[in-house]
Amino acid sequence: MINFILRTAWRDSRKNRGRLFLFISSILLGIAALVAINSFNYNLKNDIDKQAATLLGADIIVSSRTSIPTNLLDQIDSLPGEKAQARELLSMAYFPDQDESVFVNIKAISGNFPFYGKLNVEPEINRNKYKEGRFVLIGQSLMDQINIQPGEVVRLGDLDFEVVGALLTDFGGNMTSGFAPPIYLDGKFLDQTGLVQPGSLITRKHYHKVPSNFDPDLWADTHDEMFRREGTQIETVRDRKVALKDAFSGLNSFLNLVALVSLLLGCLGVASSVLIYVKSKVASIAVFRCLGMSGRSAFLIYFLQVGVLGFLATCIGAILGSAVQLVLPLVLKDFLPFDVVLNISWRALWEGLIIGFVITTLFALIPLISIRNVSPLRTLRASFNESKKKLNIVTVLLYFLIVLFLFIFLFFLTDGIESAAYFTLGLIVSFGVLYGVSSFIIFFIKKYFPRNWNFVFRQGLSNLFRPNNQTRTLLISIGLGTAVLTTLFIVQGLILNSVAQMDAGNQPNMILFGIEDGQQAGVKNITREMDMPVIQHVPVVTMKLESWNGRTKGEWLADTTSGVEAWAANRESRVTYRDSLDISEKLVAGNFIGRRDNPSDSVFISLDEGFADALKVDLGDELIFNVQGVRLPTYVSSFREIDFRNMQARFFIVFPEGVLEDAPKFHVLVTKSPDSKTTGAFRSQIGRTFPNVSVIDLGMILQSLGDILRKVSYVVKFMALFSILTGLIVLISSLFLSKLQRIKESVLLRTIGASRKQIFRIVATEYLILGILSAATGIVIAIVGSYLVAKYQLELDFFVPWLQIGLVFLFVCGLVTAIGILNSRDVVNRTPLEVLRQEVG
Amino acid sequence: MVSILEVSRVSKVYTSGSRTVSVLEDISFSVRPGEKMAIVGPSGSGKTTLLGLCAGLDQVTEGNVTLIDKSLNNITQDERAQIRNEYVGFIFQNFQLIPTLTALENVMIPLELQESKEAKAIGRELLDRVGLSHRLNHYPSQLSGGEQQRVSLARAFSNNPKVLFADEPTGNLDDETSEKVENLLFDLNREHGTALIIVTHDMELARKTDRIIKLKGGKIVSDQFTENASTLTNI
Repeated sequence: MINFILRTAWRDSRKNRGRLFLFISSILLGIAALVAINSFNYNLKNDIDKQAATLLGADIIVSSRTSIPTNLLDQIDSLPGEKAQARELLSMAYFPDQDESVFVNIKAISGNFPFYGKLNVEPEINRNKYKEGRFVLIGQSLMDQINIQPGEVVRLGDLDFEVVGALLTDFGGNMTSGFAPPIYLDGKFLDQTGLVQPGSLITRKHYHKVPSNFDPDLWADTHDEMFRREGTQIETVRDRKVALKDAFSGLNSFLNLVALVSLLLGCLGVASSVLIYVKSKVASIAVFRCLGMSGRSAFLIYFLQVGVLGFLATCIGAILGSAVQLVLPLVLKDFLPFDVVLNISWRALWEGLIIGFVITTLFALIPLISIRNVSPLRTLRASFNESKKKLNIVTVLLYFLIVLFLFIFLFFLTDGIESAAYFTLGLIVSFGVLYGVSSFIIFFIKKYFPRNWNFVFRQGLSNLFRPNNQTRTLLISIGLGTAVLTTLFIVQGLILNSVAQMDAGNQPNMILFGIEDGQQAGVKNITREMDMPVIQHVPVVTMKLESWNGRTKGEWLADTTSGVEAWAANRESRVTYRDSLDISEKLVAGNFIGRRDNPSDSVFISLDEGFADALKVDLGDELIFNVQGVRLPTYVSSFREIDFRNMQARFFIVFPEGVLEDAPKFHVLVTKSPDSKTTGAFRSQIGRTFPNVSVIDLGMILQSLGDILRKVSYVVKFMALFSILTGLIVLISSLFLSKLQRIKESVLLRTIGASRKQIFRIVATEYLILGILSAATGIVIAIVGSYLVAKYQLELDFFVPWLQIGLVFLFVCGLVTAIGILNSRDVVNRTPLEVLRQEVG
Repeated sequence: MVSILEVSRVSKVYTSGSRTVSVLEDISFSVRPGEKMAIVGPSGSGKTTLLGLCAGLDQVTEGNVTLIDKSLNNITQDERAQIRNEYVGFIFQNFQLIPTLTALENVMIPLELQESKEAKAIGRELLDRVGLSHRLNHYPSQLSGGEQQRVSLARAFSNNPKVLFADEPTGNLDDETSEKVENLLFDLNREHGTALIIVTHDMELARKTDRIIKLKGGKIVSDQFTENASTLTNI
């Protein structure tokens, strides 16, 4: 019997193969996306494994934002092998040739770092020249941004350096562009620049290359807790691999989600195409059944056809995906710390093939199982309908398997049962909403059908609910595609807007820090001379939290049940003192005490409520700080809620006046520049006069953020293209199928005298309404979805970019109508008999 | 075997929502091997329904249908399909050829279902017999109505059936073609010794059979042998 089934499946497919393949090919792009993304991911992970040592540049790195205690330094010094050090400092760099001051990340290197790999420098010959004197390497993005040429000069604090090369990629896998581009110089010059002041935020790094018989991970594991207690990190190649993989896991998850959406749209296409295909085969199946074929054999014939073509589409998709991964690194190059070596990932290929085959089969089976129940009675009465059982156990099982498959796929994607469950639920709800909306629309049009309107319009409208309509399939596929695209536009707009709003009205847009006591007046004068307001001017004192509520920081952190968070305990506290709350603050508990009048009185401080929660302290608790060697007991008198949206200096800890006035400190000044020209002039003036003072302006942050968002959105759009293309194939095949459904009717209309124009209008009406309904539903889902994301995830003010959404709406409606009309052109361009013979025969 | 088909007190009721429609009521008759019988009656009298029940395409509401000594009651769809494949042939008014298979492939289906190695040879032979040896590899859409019905005839006889059901076999054909198809049908019937049950409006065709059962309102109103009935004894 199997031979007969195989033969019949082959014979019966002859006249439909091309058409059936087109329908099933909607799965092709989904699989292509999946394989491309997974191939890229696996190659990336492989390269991370191979290149982690060269990215780290050493076997062990010990780093700290504060000065490392002597006992730890002894431990570090006792490590065998080669040593090197670096100090990193955020500061201003002044370029006299350009008269520009730029906020940079200065990296002062001492010793023969890197031990592994090499700096990627242009010209290559000058790679190590920065170690030979007052020379620097500068990040390529900064070189391009203000047009710096090798040989030009940069002033860092009190010293001038010659620029000898451009740094193409930084060590540690960081980008050279962004907020603070790197500048490499030899370590011995940093102190001479005068930029290192009390309170300067300096990261110290100790690099070690250990002998091959020394296990760096064992050393790290043994010392990790001791170092961590002092706010010092140990990193080895192993940790870097984990960190890099973690850093890319977000990107991977996003890319995989794109693949999932494409895959689901593809599956929807497969299910709807197979459904229509099966419907077109019912008459033949009834004949087979009449001639004595069992329901199982009939099912197997069509299952084989769909399965083989599905597998073929999956294979082509997998091959296409392997080819597309060659393009991905070009798209993602700004996010990659190194060149990813591109190989065919057999693992990704196999996974793609298996997933593709399983998912195609599951979705195709839903319509295919109905074949078993086709009655031979249809040979005698074409109108005969099999009685439908209310609950078909096989169908229920299939739906269950689909949901289970989705869940498992999402579990591997998100690496968590809870997230996988939420995502699965979210997808089911989205499908449910689209299905519900389409059902409602069908019901609504049927119920309130405009019977008095003209024939052409009524005919087009009635196609939406008549038997074999494509309303549900198209609404779900086009609606989902539109929803993805629109959500992207809205969320991107919200993020950019929230940053841009920081510059609106009288909001500050420039912040100066590192101002010494003696420089306060000078800086204020320059600010006022340029007609800029001094919005905020606060002193900053650096101190460390030593103990609270009778236990030292080390004891708190050693107690894993305390719930104290390491970031809060270890941070070097930069505190201010003042007599009142700031405008960006709100008192949420206790009393704010603004002044200590008597030196013998207790010191009452105010904490940010989140910071207090991280330390597990309450009102009245005792905190002891170490203010540059002096122990200072304090008591918590109030909690504040801080609004972080404005560009201001904000402080987790606020002291009252009358305590810290004599402590070593620096000052922060916040102002508002009216335009970019003034900003440039102000930055240059400050850079020339007070080289140790750093100026950060919002424009710079906006530019960096804008650059990053542009790159992200480019990647998102490129990947969304997969979803859109898949949606388009589903759309084209669905419309093509619906054309087949309507062809007899159109031919009949033509035969009894309908003009080409009338047929066109009927078709245009149907597809225009479908486009409008699908696009509108997708947009509504996107608006609701992005509102929820904005409110609960991003905590941003919500607004809708109507112009962009309007364009998406017009694009979708136009596309659906155009494809609908194109699909129907042969019905009107040929004679009815010709069409009937070809399509129906 | 006294009769090849035994229909005993058969009734058929269709239910649509809360409405029930009685299509056939208390029908009984039997058909002997090689007998040619016509079921006639006005539209809606239940002819096609009776044919469907006799061929095992549908199930009776009451009564019993026995085909080749096998009761068609209380057996599965697939078991009924097996009986049809072995003992039954069909001819339909609208030919019911599979549009995606060639003429030869259509004829071969019943034999291939039986896994016969002779399917192709028998198929060719039968198509030659109905005058279509030059159209073996043509698809139904490339054949005229008369040619399609001749392919259908070849298919109907390919499994050498004991009984052949024909539903308005000439209903879609012109007079000249109808006559050719009728002659072919009766010739093949004679050659194969197949019992023939024809549902038709065409009294001329009905009169060419041995026996005519008239249906009206779902009941048998007459069951008479024709003048051809005498030839039955010669089989």
